[in-house]
Amino acid sequence: MLDRREMMKRVGAGLAALGTTTAFGSVKGFALDTVTMPFDNGERPLVRYPQKRPMIGLTSRPPQLETPFSIFNDGALTPNNAFFVRYHLSDIPYSVDPDTFTLEIKGKVDRPLKLSLKEIRKLPATELVAVNQCSGNSRGFSNPRVAGGQLGNGAMGNARWRGVPLKTLLERAGVQQGARQVTFNGMDGPVSDKTPDFVKALDIDHARDGEVMLAYGMNGEDLPLLNGFPLRLIVPGYYGTYWVKHLNEITVIDSVFDGFWMKSAYRIPDTPCGCVEPGTAPKATIPINRFTVRSFITNVTDGAKLKAGKTTLKGIAFDGGKGIKEVAVSIDGGKNWTPARLGKDLGKYSFREWKLPLKLAAGSAELKVRATGNGGETQPMEPLWNPAGYLRNVVETVRVTAA
Amino acid sequence: MRQSILLMLTAVAIGGAGVMNSAAKPISYMLPDETAAFKPGTNLDVVQNNCTGCHSADYIQTQPRGEKFKKDFWLAEVTKMIKTYGAPIEDADVPKIVDYLSANY
Repeated sequence: MLDRREMMKRVGAGLAALGTTTAFGSVKGFALDTVTMPFDNGERPLVRYPQKRPMIGLTSRPPQLETPFSIFNDGALTPNNAFFVRYHLSDIPYSVDPDTFTLEIKGKVDRPLKLSLKEIRKLPATELVAVNQCSGNSRGFSNPRVAGGQLGNGAMGNARWRGVPLKTLLERAGVQQGARQVTFNGMDGPVSDKTPDFVKALDIDHARDGEVMLAYGMNGEDLPLLNGFPLRLIVPGYYGTYWVKHLNEITVIDSVFDGFWMKSAYRIPDTPCGCVEPGTAPKATIPINRFTVRSFITNVTDGAKLKAGKTTLKGIAFDGGKGIKEVAVSIDGGKNWTPARLGKDLGKYSFREWKLPLKLAAGSAELKVRATGNGGETQPMEPLWNPAGYLRNVVETVRVTAA
Repeated sequence: MRQSILLMLTAVAIGGAGVMNSAAKPISYMLPDETAAFKPGTNLDVVQNNCTGCHSADYIQTQPRGEKFKKDFWLAEVTKMIKTYGAPIEDADVPKIVDYLSANY
């Protein structure tokens, strides 16, 4: 990893270079093209990063890349080279040596561990298909708009993760009586030592539920560097903020962790909907946790012109871990709903594909899709709002014209 | 000047080619150069000195726009950078930064 001085040098070089290109009139020469998200000030460059196909560039330092939405029509699993990237702090690892990488497990344990990647890979492996979704996914659609990463719907993805249950490692280390939470820290860090390092925490029982895992594999390959190589935390059903990348430090503690990224950031209103009256502040907040249920039409884009008559709509749905019970589609703006046929079940944490053949009459139509989870939760017809722009799960609408 | 552009293009090409992991380890990579620059304007130098150490200009450029996202909005953001993220911004620079951001974004 770069030390701070090296980082500043790179930044300086980048700025000098930018100055140079600005003199020639454009800095966009390095972007392949631009795309425009469907909200105000939504122009974004399409950018190329290591191990990635062209992605929607939200920010370059630290890098934040969004998946072009059409990818979600290609299948239930999101390819590694199209998977979204989100960092918080700019001192990210530019170089990782898998032979010297170690994961430390310490704190309130009987036997502190220091494991190499080889040792971790030798432990009995488990596989799980799970969606990772950024807490701020779809924030750009918030109304009123809110500060933060102005994302469309592409800060989500679904992958087959391979690794070791965290439970296995915690058992090896021997969690002591009185343990309350486990904290997770990765190799990425702040540029300034005054900026709080990105550390997240889970309750001890959640950490050892057997599903939370440490993944080194993603869709049959090593994790891409920008997705956390060589090891990241997988917290099925939970927002991506907990899925710590480049994970190298796990600490069992006997208190509730009060670091900035738990205590102050990534909080939602402590109300049943996680929402408040638009434009107002919540009285109390809690850490963001499970996904709300969502569904999307993936094969028709807003404003599309279709042939009248027989057509098939398809898309994806997911929820916070109970699995999808039903997906219903409306082609008349939400008056009548028809259940869609669900695709292969890849597990309760996965995207669930759906499909519905139907007939479109000539004229304009509002297509809507609404999923219901096995727990009975469904999507609201009107968007819910909170100050950070989290949890968006309004019933999506695609306007089309058939002729 | 031309030479530095060539050098940069080389860097981009390496970054674009992806990960360097022949036989030798560790695995290393480079990021492409930044695609956004701050708009020209009064106090641009103050903004560059104070903001770019930690993040690129697109963090600002992509924020919501309009009358509701002027002085109060940017003051809240700058205050967050100082209080929450520990940005070493001097008091005298705060109004300059807020003015620049309100005028240009």
